[in-house]
Amino acid sequence: MISLLERREKFRTYVSLTINECIKIGYDSLFIVSIVSIFMGAVTTIQTAFNLVGPLIPDYVISLVVRDMTLLELSPTIIAIVFAGKVGSNIAGELGTMRITEQIDALEVMGVNSSSYLVLPKIIASLLMFPILVIISATLAISGGYMAGVLTDVITGQEYIYGLRYEFNPFNIPFALVKSYVFAFIVASISSFQGYYTSGGALEVGKSSTNAVTNSCIFILIADYILAQVLL
Amino acid sequence: MIEIKNISKSFKDKQVLFDISGTFEKGRTNLIIGASGTGKSVLLKCLVGLLEPDVGSVLFDNRNFTNANKNLTTQIRREIGMLFQGSALFDSKNVEENIKFPLDILTNTPENEKIEKVNHCLELVGLEKINDKMPSELSGGMKKRVGIARAIVNDSKYLFCDEPNSGLDPLTAIKIDDLILELTQKLNTTTIVVTHDMNSVVEIGEYIMFLHEGKKLWEGNNKKILKTKVKELNDFVFSNKLMKKIK
Repeated sequence: MISLLERREKFRTYVSLTINECIKIGYDSLFIVSIVSIFMGAVTTIQTAFNLVGPLIPDYVISLVVRDMTLLELSPTIIAIVFAGKVGSNIAGELGTMRITEQIDALEVMGVNSSSYLVLPKIIASLLMFPILVIISATLAISGGYMAGVLTDVITGQEYIYGLRYEFNPFNIPFALVKSYVFAFIVASISSFQGYYTSGGALEVGKSSTNAVTNSCIFILIADYILAQVLL
Repeated sequence: MIEIKNISKSFKDKQVLFDISGTFEKGRTNLIIGASGTGKSVLLKCLVGLLEPDVGSVLFDNRNFTNANKNLTTQIRREIGMLFQGSALFDSKNVEENIKFPLDILTNTPENEKIEKVNHCLELVGLEKINDKMPSELSGGMKKRVGIARAIVNDSKYLFCDEPNSGLDPLTAIKIDDLILELTQKLNTTTIVVTHDMNSVVEIGEYIMFLHEGKKLWEGNNKKILKTKVKELNDFVFSNKLMKKIK
């Protein structure tokens, strides 16, 4: 990690690299994040309705549950797992291929700090883009829940909105954002480490990608538990 | 000029290089030859700083590279151009961006001058109007040429080539050899080529260092090598039928 900050290149080099990484990491993940989020919200609504059916429980509880589950757990954590699968494997594969085809050696021979040049923009871009993806995901999940609830007649639109507003704890939003920063750092750093230290051939690049996703998922879940314990 | 003094290198329990010394003069093509697995590439990596020797030192024009501080290491590395065995072109960049890369990173040259330099280097290596092509669209020989163009674009004082002919047909291999020789003379660089290709040895071997099982067994030039009496070198040089017939 210290080597990322040593012998840095010109500032504008990092700006353009970080913008490119933001597009790759953020914009290119938008489609999968949207699909997963909409269905995540829709399924949560239907399943909550199925489990909570009864005369004593008002319907607006459905959207209240969807809101809290989405903000506290589903959007930060499930999207982090998706993020690890898409972006983490991509980072590890890209760096691993650069390593075995001597592109990283070429940077070093030119006097460029390869870890700083290649890894730092990925970590910064992840930290910038993942929280945005989580915000988009939460919005889409709650909207997906609304569509599923209204279309299947398990809840009316008015009740759904009322449930979203009912006893809303504003701390859930910063909590979700803190989680998203931690998860973004975990995915980008673990995946970069796995890719950067690949040695061998194509088989090892595949292994690095798999290890990047597996290790990221494990650390995300551990961090998820610790953050819930510490912050809630 | 590059000097190496008593270089030894081992990986875990296996010693790969044993006490190698030698001088690679400026303005001539210096070859490090030997069979596969004799430590040529390890020596080259020690020379360019990708590996640190266990013992010994590497001097670039009397500047000790092995024990250099970070500033001197960076300064020397910025004077080095290297052609890798697989060319090591950046996949995500086109030919122009690949060649321009050292200028983008290491200098403050204005953009139009950079483009001029890129085109000049492409002209030197015999490639023109391929600026927009991606590395995946190039043949093996073209990739090597682009790799050489990238290595010399920053007016490198030291040019290193790791197996420049591997994977190339004999005709293209000779063209690459000629190009290395021509650039060395024209740009007055200290050029070190690691190879096991006998064509290169005969064509461009102005100084040759022969490695066998990690030890330097012989040094000389392309005229002396054919008359050598060192058994291991003889076995290496005259390993194929054609060379035996010539002998």
